[in-house]
Amino acid sequence: MTTTEITDDGIVSDPDTAALAIEDLELSYVVRGTPRAVLRGVTFEVRPGEAYGLVGESGCGKSTTAYAALRYLPSNGQIDGGRVTSSGQELTSMSAKELREFRARQASMVFQDPVQAVNPVLKIGRQVAEAFEVMGQSKSEAKKSALAALHRVRIASPESVMDRYPYQLSGGMLQRVVIAMALACDPKLLVLDEPTTGLDATVEAEVLDLVRDLRSELNSAILLIAHNLGVIRTMCDRVGVMYAGRVVEEGTVEEVFDNPSHPYTVGLLNSIPRQGLRKTDRELFAIPGNLPQIGEPLPTCVYVDRCPIANDTCRTEVPPIVDRSEGHWTRCHFPDRLDEIPEPEEVSEVVAVGSEEVVGVHGVSKTFRQRGHDIPALVSVDLGFAEGETLGLVGESGSGKSTLAKTMLGVYEADEGGEITLRGRPMAGKATKRVEESIRSLQMVFQNPDSALNRAWTVRRILTRSITRLTGMKGDEADKRAVEVAEAMRLSPRHLDMRPRQLSGGLKQRVAIARAFAGDPNVVVCDEPTSALDVSVQAAILNLLASLQRDDRTSYLFISHDISVVRYLADRIAVMYVGRIMELGSTEQIFEGPNHPYTEALLSAVPSVDGQAENRIPLTGEIPSPANPPSGCVFHTRCHRFIEGLCEVTEPEMHELSPGHTIKCHLTVEQLSQPVEITEKDRMADVAEPLE
Amino acid sequence: MLKFIARRLVLGLITLAILLVIITLIPNIAPGDPARKIAGGTATPERLAQVNESLGLRDPVSTQLTNLGQSVFTLDFGESFSVAAGQPVMDLVFTALGNSAKLVALSLIIMVPLAILGGLVAAYKKDTWIDRTIVNTGLAFSSIPDFVAGVFLLAFLAVPFEFFKVQANAPPGSSILVQIQHLLLPAIAVLMVYFGYIARITRAGTITSLDADYTRTAFMRGLTTREVFRKHVARNALQPTVAVLGTQLGYLFGGMVALEIVFQYPGLGNLIIRAVDRADYPVLRAGVLTVAIIYMLATLAADLLIAWMNPRARLNIGEDA
Repeated sequence: MTTTEITDDGIVSDPDTAALAIEDLELSYVVRGTPRAVLRGVTFEVRPGEAYGLVGESGCGKSTTAYAALRYLPSNGQIDGGRVTSSGQELTSMSAKELREFRARQASMVFQDPVQAVNPVLKIGRQVAEAFEVMGQSKSEAKKSALAALHRVRIASPESVMDRYPYQLSGGMLQRVVIAMALACDPKLLVLDEPTTGLDATVEAEVLDLVRDLRSELNSAILLIAHNLGVIRTMCDRVGVMYAGRVVEEGTVEEVFDNPSHPYTVGLLNSIPRQGLRKTDRELFAIPGNLPQIGEPLPTCVYVDRCPIANDTCRTEVPPIVDRSEGHWTRCHFPDRLDEIPEPEEVSEVVAVGSEEVVGVHGVSKTFRQRGHDIPALVSVDLGFAEGETLGLVGESGSGKSTLAKTMLGVYEADEGGEITLRGRPMAGKATKRVEESIRSLQMVFQNPDSALNRAWTVRRILTRSITRLTGMKGDEADKRAVEVAEAMRLSPRHLDMRPRQLSGGLKQRVAIARAFAGDPNVVVCDEPTSALDVSVQAAILNLLASLQRDDRTSYLFISHDISVVRYLADRIAVMYVGRIMELGSTEQIFEGPNHPYTEALLSAVPSVDGQAENRIPLTGEIPSPANPPSGCVFHTRCHRFIEGLCEVTEPEMHELSPGHTIKCHLTVEQLSQPVEITEKDRMADVAEPLE
Repeated sequence: MLKFIARRLVLGLITLAILLVIITLIPNIAPGDPARKIAGGTATPERLAQVNESLGLRDPVSTQLTNLGQSVFTLDFGESFSVAAGQPVMDLVFTALGNSAKLVALSLIIMVPLAILGGLVAAYKKDTWIDRTIVNTGLAFSSIPDFVAGVFLLAFLAVPFEFFKVQANAPPGSSILVQIQHLLLPAIAVLMVYFGYIARITRAGTITSLDADYTRTAFMRGLTTREVFRKHVARNALQPTVAVLGTQLGYLFGGMVALEIVFQYPGLGNLIIRAVDRADYPVLRAGVLTVAIIYMLATLAADLLIAWMNPRARLNIGEDA
């Protein structure tokens, strides 16, 4: 590998004062005795007090860079070249003791999953206090400091939290705890590695708010790793775009996101639905090809194999650093030719949604019984699916989305009284009792294709089995159909003889979709089908779903916590909370408002890559358990428009705001349109009642 | 927690009751005449009748059961017939139990720390030659049957070095140190058999724990490797090890028959096998029940220890952490 990168003065201005300066860092993982390059000359700096973001798809080296910033390498990792410095101290040459001292007093790291990041067998108080004891405080001092630290991350009753074990707290609460521990030493450098990725949008927004507010109190510089461009945009001052172990573009978030100058950045930004883009407007941009493997030799431009404007120069010469504006540079030979990148395709034919109801959910409830208690997980849900329609389903984790999906599919049997109909005719509750026609017409695509596909089977066998089961076709006929279905999913014939582990995540999800479509279904339930995928792959899957719908007039129940994705694909949106539909309307109606207060809070929580001013409505506290739903309106315990004496007494009826737009709320359109005041108290998080 | 212990003890009593039925039935369904087997081929009819009488074999099975149930509660199983004719059964069992306890205790004191240390080191040095040496040595040794290991130890240690004793049982009145000296070889044999097993369980738990984010958090906090292991890794990593040790403890008390024979050690296993051999049913019954009780208590202790280590396991034992 040639390394012609020369540390540019413009990139690392002053390694002696920077909170973190990474210069030309090369790092490899030794796999079966061979070192494979992961970082291929990473250079950037985080200035004191600054928030710097690193974005890129999985496998581009973001997390490796984050770990390298604290010199925490896996046992098979080795630094091949370059320097890492923090406030003038060189990490690469520190002794073990100096490094421990550095980690204890000057730098901290927050990991993706807060549930994993705390020790499950120790009380929270013990763990937070330990962070202070490391700095030499006595046990009693450390305990006092721990209380103060928890208070600082807006935990309303720190004493009670100190005394709990991790499994007794929610993910959002735990991430606050983790942040409190990370801030114990008032670090000069705080590294956040995907700190909100596993959290609900509402919790994510709270955690991000917290970090942003704490920044003003602390002198920490922040290195934020995230694949969510919206998170980076709302949190960071500057951003570096990483690809295949190299920073390919850097600048202020405004410059980079509004005026991208590297083909990869352009691809990333075009692959996510921005500014209210809908499936009827245009397709999303799916970056062709795959990320190079680690260790692959990339002698010139790292992006050349997937770049739509690459030419011979790109294949023979290392691209120089090209300045675009003050502090904004790109590592591309032709940043002025970016307008040659083909626009994603316009969608020419718009297929109208049919008027006939294909599948209907009428007054469906689902009550689980656990230890003699009734748990109403679904309460009287009404939904209808017209031909070719996408119904988006949103709500926090635990709101009952997946229960609804599984009840529709007959995994759970709905309670007596409600019914699920296919073209007006009721279906049996349990899938095992449904006639073939009903089973065929309702299919599902799961979030994780890895566990949804039989790993021992070839794609051909997976597909032909479904075809035989759902349509009765056998032998050559089934095989022919499998080839057809695969083709419709844009899988090539050679994929048919591969096994799932030989396929990338995106291809596996295509196989899972092909399986669902094998019997020509009427409604496909998609439960978070793209949330495990990178944005460029997500784009291809969303395009596929949209085009299948145009061709086959299939309806979707599309469950996702990514509001912009739902907005792109859905014709109508249903909002769920504690097993009830709180609001239902067309996508336009939902986004124009006025909304149910719960929807209002959900929508305000989404970090946008377009950088609109936000006025977030906090949704503190935890979603109530369906085993013990609040009286009256189930949302009243967290509602910012709560009316005393009414909401906690009477459960509102579902009523129409405008034709096709219904909500379950006591307030009038006028009341709902009034802006709300948010106080500091609303932002404090409290623990739920002690667990039984 | 008391509720949990009580429930477990009740369950244990039910298990014991079932066991009681089985061991009551054994002499009734065993082939041949138990009395003749005990008294010998040349026994007079009077002697046979006397044996049958004292065994209660002429009584209906229900009466046999009640009698045996009674002897469990009064801790009186009568007298031995053939293993040590005329001696009270409980004296024999208690002596053997004491002997077994000494051997098991010494074996565990040697084996558990070494195996856990081995597992921790192997996990920390995963995929290096150190790891491979520990894992493969353990595997090689545990694939040797314990009595073969015992014979090897006799041949290679006891024969050339006088320090190691052929007989595990020290002469009466020996000091503790001499007793330990005598017990050393069978304890080493236990080490050879169990080291690999326990070390591998420990290694697996430790690898999972070392890979966890909370361990990273601890390292990032600036703790030393030793502190990370002591404060964060150990309690998570050793839970499977404790569970396994709990079940193995019961086994060690009754199952070291071959080793006890090789080293001529009068432990519980030895006693039970002799009782089987000579159809000494009272001794057999008392011995088997004793092993069962130890087994039950050992697994209960392991579960309580795990509950102490892991707050989530406390939910299972009905403690709200």
